[in-house]
Amino acid sequence: MANIKKEKDKDKEKEIKTLEDVVTHYCPGCGHGIVHRLVADAIDRLGIREKTIGIAPIGCSVLIYNYLNVDFQEVPHGRAPAAATGIKRAQPDKVVFTYQGDGDLASIGTAEIVHAANRGENITTIFINNAIYGMTGGQMAPTTLLDQKTTTSPYGRNSTSAGFPLKVCELLSSLDGVAYLERVSVSSPKNVVKAKRVIKHAFEVQLANKGFSLVEVLSQCPMNWRMSPIDSVKWVDDVMSKTFPLKKFKDTERVRS
Amino acid sequence: MVKFENKKDKCKGCGLCIEFCPEGVLEFSSELNSVGYYPVKVIDISNCKACKFCELICPDSTIKVFKQ
Amino acid sequence: MGEKQLFKGNEAIAEAAIRAGCRYYFGYPITPQNEIPEYMSRRMPKIGGVFLQAESEIAAINMVFGAGGSGVRAMTTTSSPGMSLMQEGISYLAGAEIPCVIVNVVRGGPGLGGIQPAQSDYFQATKGGGHGDYHCLVLGPSTLQELVEFVFLAFDLADKYRNPVIILTDGVMGQMMEPVEFPPEVDILKLSPKEWATTGAKGRKKIILKSLYLDPLELENHNLHLQEKYNSMQEEIKWEEMNTKDCDLLLVAYGTAARVSKKAIEVAKEKNLSLGIFRPITLYPFPYVQLKEVVKKGKVKKILVVEMNMGQMIEDVKLAIEGLVPVEFYGRTGGVMPVVDEIIEKAESMLKVNTLKGVM
Repeated sequence: MANIKKEKDKDKEKEIKTLEDVVTHYCPGCGHGIVHRLVADAIDRLGIREKTIGIAPIGCSVLIYNYLNVDFQEVPHGRAPAAATGIKRAQPDKVVFTYQGDGDLASIGTAEIVHAANRGENITTIFINNAIYGMTGGQMAPTTLLDQKTTTSPYGRNSTSAGFPLKVCELLSSLDGVAYLERVSVSSPKNVVKAKRVIKHAFEVQLANKGFSLVEVLSQCPMNWRMSPIDSVKWVDDVMSKTFPLKKFKDTERVRS
Repeated sequence: MVKFENKKDKCKGCGLCIEFCPEGVLEFSSELNSVGYYPVKVIDISNCKACKFCELICPDSTIKVFKQ
Repeated sequence: MGEKQLFKGNEAIAEAAIRAGCRYYFGYPITPQNEIPEYMSRRMPKIGGVFLQAESEIAAINMVFGAGGSGVRAMTTTSSPGMSLMQEGISYLAGAEIPCVIVNVVRGGPGLGGIQPAQSDYFQATKGGGHGDYHCLVLGPSTLQELVEFVFLAFDLADKYRNPVIILTDGVMGQMMEPVEFPPEVDILKLSPKEWATTGAKGRKKIILKSLYLDPLELENHNLHLQEKYNSMQEEIKWEEMNTKDCDLLLVAYGTAARVSKKAIEVAKEKNLSLGIFRPITLYPFPYVQLKEVVKKGKVKKILVVEMNMGQMIEDVKLAIEGLVPVEFYGRTGGVMPVVDEIIEKAESMLKVNTLKGVM
């Protein structure tokens, strides 16, 4: 019994892992690193690495293709769901996912995400919401909270001139094509455990051909929030999740025809 | 027996593992690593209960905790 | 070849694409090319292909990126305003070297313009409407038979060079009906496999289709590689000549403007006016050398460029002949068609000026 177990462990070690063993360019404490690992875990546990194709965003995680060992395409800002649609329609047997930030998905890419979701495209979107534009230096995002200070809302976001934080899960939950929609965070070990399960489930929804799945992950951005990593995870728990509550919005049992 | 492995040259010294460790097992090292940060190190492994909170929260996937 | 069939231009494009092995069409309705997505929506499901009406031209070109990057023959079609929306996507397709076919059924511009035909997207197609040092191969058909053959050619060239290919046509060709013979149908299974496509990293290293090169030397190298590719495209140059050895005045025109110009040459003969035509067929790469040769070797005194715009290809003509002879322009735009009588009138006045001044 012990020998068989050792053999299985050896095989597992030989298996190529999805998470590349490299130093990432992300800031200390950044949520991307955690989520990359959770996505890689899901792909490994489901054994789908060799048939997974990802679409990289424009944003801090533009180099995600250096950190995950799967095929990737890089398309313009916001257009990932359209490219994912093209890939999935051309190769319906493959697993296709987009990984997008709040500028990519909720600003320039609102048409693409809404329509991919509305068509019920059988793809998975991992949406990283850090309430700010990271890569370009900390400007306001559609998801920036009211009164939150950023480099383009230096006096705090004012709803009169800049509107309100955009709630993507709430927005997409009205669409029939959406099969699975949940918001999680990675601000504590307990939340990471939950997020890990949720992300795996999103890929399972795709594998079961149920329709569009999206996981919104509230992610800390210590650098642009001008906070220490510890304070930033506290801010996600204490402040951010008041505007963006962690919950499951949709999980249909329906299988697409 | 708990085995704690961390790739100290991938650690960016964010301190989240130290913050979330319920047993206070971890602290910052006083020696810089090759990427210019003070990485995490174990104070006393005998206090570790292998809860794996550190492994879960690490953004750089440097930590692996084994219960042997 | 098969039998001749009467086809409307737009529908001929769609049917040709399917016979050329395209099974993935992503497009958005815009006049004057709506017959193409409509035809595709009827035909594609019947042959197990994919027709998808995208939410915008921006989405459509990115769907083409995704599908093309997966190694299949994918296309989109649009008209001028939609082509503007696609520019960023085209730049990315060129940068990541993904083959695809894009048809622009040109209408009047700028802005919303009109729905009538024009040739005012020549600059956009040949000089690159998107950012960066890139080129699409651009084909300029003049008849529906050429249009149909060029759809086949476009897919082959796209695959050969791993590059987007643009077919620059116009609303006249899109809407007119002519008999066409389709080339033999392409067997998709016999197409060479695309080793560079994102099909899942099974038994191989992962493939990344990207255009980002943060290191300056790497980006420069990538651009040098692209330029090398564009230089090698010179062997695809195509053009047509008529009466170029003996003509006094050379017309240079492409597409529908060339059709009108050819008629003008016929009519001019009756008036003892010797006109010839040089018709560029590949608009990129442009037949610079070939055009200069014609002018050097012939008796051409002047060139008249005929276009359905305010003067775009004329710049390439001037570049080509490097000042050998004077170049003038006759154009109608906004959907107003160039007419034989006006071409002849202009040619006559150009040659008269010559005679009056005694310049031969």
